Amino acid sequence: MITKRIIPCLDVKDGRVVKGVNFQGLSDVDSPVTLASFYSDAGADELVFYDITASAEGRRIFTDVLAEAARRVFIPLTVGGGVSSLDDFDRVLKCGADKVSVNSGAIRDPSLIPEAAKRYGDQCVVISADVKRVGGEYRVFARGGREDTGLEAIEWIKRCVGSGAGEVVVNSMDTDGVRGGFDLPLLSAVCGAVSVPVIASGGAGSVDDFIRLFKDVPGVDAGLAASVFHFGQIRIPDLKASLRGAGIPVRI
Amino acid sequence: MVTIIDYGVGNLFSLVSSFSYIGEDAAVSSDPGEILRADRLILPGVGAFGDAAEKLRATGIGDAVRRAAADGVPLLGICLGMQLLFDSSTEYGVHEGLGLLRGQVRPIGGVIPAGLKIPHIGWNALRFTERGRECPLFSDVGEGEHVYFVHSYYAADCGDSVAATAEYGVPLTAAVSDGRSVFGTQFHPEKSGDVGLRILRSFSGIKKGGSD
Repeated sequence: MITKRIIPCLDVKDGRVVKGVNFQGLSDVDSPVTLASFYSDAGADELVFYDITASAEGRRIFTDVLAEAARRVFIPLTVGGGVSSLDDFDRVLKCGADKVSVNSGAIRDPSLIPEAAKRYGDQCVVISADVKRVGGEYRVFARGGREDTGLEAIEWIKRCVGSGAGEVVVNSMDTDGVRGGFDLPLLSAVCGAVSVPVIASGGAGSVDDFIRLFKDVPGVDAGLAASVFHFGQIRIPDLKASLRGAGIPVRI
Repeated sequence: MVTIIDYGVGNLFSLVSSFSYIGEDAAVSSDPGEILRADRLILPGVGAFGDAAEKLRATGIGDAVRRAAADGVPLLGICLGMQLLFDSSTEYGVHEGLGLLRGQVRPIGGVIPAGLKIPHIGWNALRFTERGRECPLFSDVGEGEHVYFVHSYYAADCGDSVAATAEYGVPLTAAVSDGRSVFGTQFHPEKSGDVGLRILRSFSGIKKGGSD
């Protein structure tokens, strides 16, 4: 049986992991390479590297760090952040990424997803959507959540999948950072609308939040989180043991 | 020494890195002469069957792989590379494969229950057949260990050559072997963590003719 995936997300700026990392007994803890190895050993099913640098220099450092991680960590790696062209796809795939997630880039250029899917295959193209409720509807936001695009989220995600995205990351801005649980109504709506894998992001605060996610929205394939893992509030081996105890299939 | 075949299909970064990580020599080659002289061969691949089969034909690499395999050189096909070992595929029309194993590659949509997602993507458990339990490739892998899959097509009608399956509503072919020196994995050992590295290490130890 296919297992539910647990995915830590590393926000990388100028070659270091940001969003605060606090691990006892791990030296050089904000090194993406160290942290990637640590998570892989702990049982993470996949890793997301999110590039939040803006400068060209930062970009170069990011790809160096990615390649270094990909030489040591042998689980699927997804890269996102600032991907706006086929050249960006090429740049990170050559450094060991398996999948590339696009967000604002797909909003600015509607041909990005179909062209990338044609060149690299659907399985390589991930649509990542930042979603927030505005006036009773789900809206897609761009530029790291700063800009309301006016696009209705479910229709937007359907359109992206229809044009070649092979996986969807749904990041709820309403639950993100609150640690009160994933956005189950939004995730149910997305799972009802598309037939590709759906990754839930935003709101994980406890092991129970993951159990509720996979129990209440069986169509969700994976749960993604950052700070609860980085700060050691949730340890992946404990999380997986609890999921298995609750009857949810996981890889241990 | 393992020779990873480069025929312009897919990304070899992780495969090369994984051999270097486990301390095994690996080289990348697109030269049919080098492929014929290789100690061991890996046929990788991502993408569409027809294009890949055509590239193997046009470059002469396909013939070299067939001759090396006939000569007993251990050969491991990975993902699309495994599918190419078979007689044919029905992906976008019928295309001929290398014919090293009997069987046909078909869409999983035709056999899995409605409601399951396509592609079959993620970590799934290996269930070994008798052939798989005797296969040197899996001498270091236990029943039920998880490996990473991404595929929409699977090898069908391949009877005896099935070494392992993975349950996705129905058992899907996960690994194959001719019982001698031709092997294939539908999953990606280079993305399957420690289990995958163990499989690649075992492959590095398989000698010509198939013994380990």
